[in-house]
Amino acid sequence: MLEVIQDNWDLLQDGFVGTLKLTVVCGIASLLLGTLIAACRVSPVPPLRWFGAAYVNLFRNTPLTLIFFAVALGFPKLRFNFSFFQFAVIALSTYTAAFICEAIRSGINTVPIGQAEAARSLGMSFTQTLSQIVLPQAGRAAVPPIGSLLIAMVRNSAIASAFNTTELMGTSSTMIENGYKSLWVLVWIAIGYLIITLTMSALLAALEKKLAVVR
Amino acid sequence: MKMRSSVAVAGIAVLALFGTACGKDGSPEAKTPGGTTGGSQGAPGAPGAGKPELPSYTPKADAALTGSKTFDNAKRRGKLIVGAKEDQPFLGSKDPATGKYSGFDIEVAKMIAADLGFGPDKIEFKAIASTNRENALVNGDIDYYVGTYSITDKRKEQVSFAGPYYIAGQSLLVRKNESAITGKDTIKGKTVCSAKGSTPLQNLQSKFPDTTTRVFDTYSLCVENLLSNQVDAVSTDDAILKGYAAKDPGALKVVGEPFTVENYGVGLNKDDAVFRNAVSDALEAHEKNGDWKKAYDATLGLSGSAAPAIPALVRY
Repeated sequence: MLEVIQDNWDLLQDGFVGTLKLTVVCGIASLLLGTLIAACRVSPVPPLRWFGAAYVNLFRNTPLTLIFFAVALGFPKLRFNFSFFQFAVIALSTYTAAFICEAIRSGINTVPIGQAEAARSLGMSFTQTLSQIVLPQAGRAAVPPIGSLLIAMVRNSAIASAFNTTELMGTSSTMIENGYKSLWVLVWIAIGYLIITLTMSALLAALEKKLAVVR
Repeated sequence: MKMRSSVAVAGIAVLALFGTACGKDGSPEAKTPGGTTGGSQGAPGAPGAGKPELPSYTPKADAALTGSKTFDNAKRRGKLIVGAKEDQPFLGSKDPATGKYSGFDIEVAKMIAADLGFGPDKIEFKAIASTNRENALVNGDIDYYVGTYSITDKRKEQVSFAGPYYIAGQSLLVRKNESAITGKDTIKGKTVCSAKGSTPLQNLQSKFPDTTTRVFDTYSLCVENLLSNQVDAVSTDDAILKGYAAKDPGALKVVGEPFTVENYGVGLNKDDAVFRNAVSDALEAHEKNGDWKKAYDATLGLSGSAAPAIPALVRY
């Protein structure tokens, strides 16, 4: 079982770095986009609310593979020529953002309405209320579900290998093609994913602890 | 109430928009392999006008093997279970509507079955992904496997092979009107597509550093990208490429001499030497009586590429 990792160290490393890059870039992109859509969903402007709801309903209910197909094969036909890594980031982030938006919105709903009313009576604008009063409190409640979503995103990133992007799961087919036993290949890949997801869990747990307040 | 219905209308409109957008982007990709196949795929089976016909095989009535576990199991269940590919046109492809398999590899599987005493109706084909072939043979899920399976020493550690029954080699598939690419020496600076993890892809990456590679999950996605001008060529074993060219001879052609050697063999369980001998005998008999050539002409031959020489069997 050790020969798998000895003979394919470079390949596994490329795959691991690929998945890590996807994780970091998509994680940041989907958090930003998700927060923006969540802001739309609670905004006082009806068209923005409709947009937010439409976005969530659309991307949350579409299979990720289909979004990948649409982006990776549709965009070049429309002459949007990005790299395939960028296509993967677009597809994965738009999808994950829909879920993150809902997690943040559920966090927002835990903040008592009186907080927003108090902020408004002090003369704060909607943006100020949201960014300085509501979101900091909402974030605390939203961290655990967002953690689960980000871990799911890491595993979803495996689909990118079908569309010209180097990532961890994609390296399995190369190794199995070269005659290594699939069981051991997959064990090592699982370990690679665990390194990423467990580190992420630990970071999120630390963040949760840091944000926690005595109630 | 009024506002609610307008929200619903907006929602439906957006959904409809997305639906049509998807139809445009997604479905041609999915359609090309299945869709175009539907029409032309019937051709090898149906005696079309002027089209070469598939050979027919008579199952041997007195077929018997002593000491073969695989054969005994097949006899007991009354049918053979054969592993195959389901997504390679004119090699091993499954008609999604009827569930029937067709192609050159499927014909080879039928030849072998006939000499083991099983008619075409006594074969159950099972689609096995490339990554799962060794496991399926070792576990005995299938009796044998015929599906662009290259004989390699590494694989011989886990399974055994009868054959080779066909010598393939990495080649290039291009659009019919392509004139710049004529073989492996002309792909410098071009974008060439192959399937994720495949040996041909690894060859491209290591031996042709000046060629850009594009990697997709399946060859049909590569061919779709070739037809839509996103890549300049698709590269893998010529047998697979000929299958795509045979499906769409008006738009695609295989160019250049093969630049690797892949010996296709019938994958077998490692512990059953008696069965391996019987499969080798069957291959030899049908190669000699002309069935092999007929099967080629009615499948891969439709691509316009002439049949290669029949390789000599290696018995061990």
